[in-house]
Amino acid sequence: MNKQKNRLIDHIKYSVMIAALLVITFAPTGQVKAEFGDVVINNYSDKAGMPPVVFPHWFHRIRFRCKVCHGDLGFEFKAGGNDINMVKIIDGQYCGACHNGEIAWSIENCNICHSAPVGTPTQVHESTLQKLIKPDQNKTEDKK
Amino acid sequence: MKKNNAMTGRLKIHLMFGLILVVSTSVTGADDPNTFNRLMDPPSKRNPSPMTDGIHDPNNNGTQLLQPPKEAFQQLPKGKSGNYIDWMKALQDKKINPRNDRVDTKSQPIIMDLNIVREVKGSMPDVVYPHKQHTEWLDCANCHPAIFIPQKGANQISMASILLGEKCGVCHGKVAFPVSECRRCHSKPKPTKTANKKNKSDKQAK
Ligand code: HEC
Ligand code: HEC
Ligand code: HEC
Ligand code: HEC
Ligand code: HEC
Ligand code: HEC
Repeated sequence: MNKQKNRLIDHIKYSVMIAALLVITFAPTGQVKAEFGDVVINNYSDKAGMPPVVFPHWFHRIRFRCKVCHGDLGFEFKAGGNDINMVKIIDGQYCGACHNGEIAWSIENCNICHSAPVGTPTQVHESTLQKLIKPDQNKTEDKK
Repeated sequence: MKKNNAMTGRLKIHLMFGLILVVSTSVTGADDPNTFNRLMDPPSKRNPSPMTDGIHDPNNNGTQLLQPPKEAFQQLPKGKSGNYIDWMKALQDKKINPRNDRVDTKSQPIIMDLNIVREVKGSMPDVVYPHKQHTEWLDCANCHPAIFIPQKGANQISMASILLGEKCGVCHGKVAFPVSECRRCHSKPKPTKTANKKNKSDKQAK
């Protein structure tokens, strides 16, 4: 009697597990719709318990030409390719060249930079490869 | 053998129940399946605010301080894709005045006006690479020599490499206008026989 009940519970457990797996593998991945050129930087943030960083290109290119960051300040053209950390920033490198309380607000405003949901991988948002229409996205999403 | 059959049988049942569970929970959210914009995002979804864009955490107090792109873009000339802003026009019309130096507001870029025409096999118009527009934004060293050897024709460029994020694709499709705007690069029509059938002035020349 008890044994059968246990087996029934086991069956339900398996079904739920498979359902969960199905959901994960076939879930639409298209919900993320951030601005073209937004870069998520997450080499260290997750591991350090901070939310990952979002860098908005559109906002900065209104104020600075590309060469200021990619020439003068030495940012490489590669998301996650600059090995940025907080010590470098407080010493005035990378983001810290401007976010120093002079040119832009200072770094104690942690969450304005560290604003991505935990676990968001390093990426350039809406890049060609990300935008190619792939199977498994755009399925049951609500569209308005 | 028998045991194996029983196993697959059970697995099938589990799969079925799993599917039913999935379907029953997801159907409720489904819209009309026969809509426009099945694979494409509708215009209303463009330039979403950081609160809803999916890469900012809406519960993070920093997110709430960020500027929504639409607010900044109101006064800028519209584009066809990417940020939906024509950044070249915004700059030329002085709608934006991005600094050329971190602090020095007087610093001006050194503009070089040199077009490089790259002939394209097939029907697509030739590519005109303009140094002028690029040197508005970039230093020579941003491209030379790491991305391009500074010598006409010395670089192998193909559409496939651009789509993969190399050559022109280092910037186009990531920060500069996306690859979908073919004619901005493929801008020089070819003087070929097939192309000038429609072209009256070419007919006269014959
Ligand atoms: C101007 C933007 C900016 C601000 C403001 C900022 N950070 Fe960061 N931070 C970064 C970037 C960029 C990285 C590199 C991210 C990565 O690779 O994961 C980083 C990395 C980190 C890391 C992991 C690497 C390391 O150095 O240990 C920690 C922890 C961190 N930040 C904490 C903070 C705290 C705490 C504050 C507020 C006092 C803060 N940050 C403010 C941009 C910023
Ligand atoms: C305020 C500074 C700043 C300005 C201005 C700026 N960028 Fe960036 N750019 C960055 C940062 C930061 C990253 C990310 C680097 C990282 O993750 O380590 C980046 C990354 C990139 C990448 C790499 C994307 C990839 O493939 O991984 C490209 C391409 C790029 N920028 C192009 C441009 C272009 C083109 C402009 C001018 C229109 C520009 N940037 C202006 C700071 C800037
Ligand atoms: C060349 C200078 C410069 C560099 C380098 C720079 N920023 Fe900024 N950033 C600015 C300025 C200027 C502002 C606007 C400040 C203000 O509103 O007072 C700004 C604003 C921001 C904002 C807020 C945008 C909004 O919606 O208001 C974020 C987020 C940000 N920067 C992140 C970063 C990160 C992350 C880095 C490094 C990867 C970085 N910035 C590097 C100049 C810079
Ligand atoms: C956005 C990238 C980019 C920038 C910035 C850039 N170039 Fe170029 N340059 C190119 C490309 C692409 C070619 C064509 C190469 C080819 O045809 O294989 C080229 C070709 C050249 C050539 C060869 C011309 C010829 O007729 O052989 C010279 C010289 C040159 N560039 C100088 C410069 C100088 C000087 C600057 C800065 C003022 C500069 N470039 C900035 C991309 C760039
Ligand atoms: C280092 C980054 C970078 C590379 C590499 C690059 N571009 Fe650009 N390009 C830009 C930026 C930034 C603009 C300004 C417009 C924008 O951001 O949408 C631009 C603008 C242009 C324009 C001007 C459009 C107009 O409206 O005037 C053309 C054409 C163009 N690129 C073609 C090319 C071609 C062809 C190549 C490869 C041979 C190339 N670009 C490589 C960054 C780059
Ligand atoms: C950023 C500039 C740029 C954009 C945008 C662009 N192309 Fe190209 N395309 C090039 C360059 C550069 C070449 C190489 C020309 C050469 O052989 O030197 C090329 C080559 C080609 C070729 C020849 C075959 C090959 O792979 O080399 C075809 C076909 C082509 N493009 C089609 C397209 C189509 C279709 C689009 C729009 C979806 C497009 N291109 C958008 C720059 C661009």
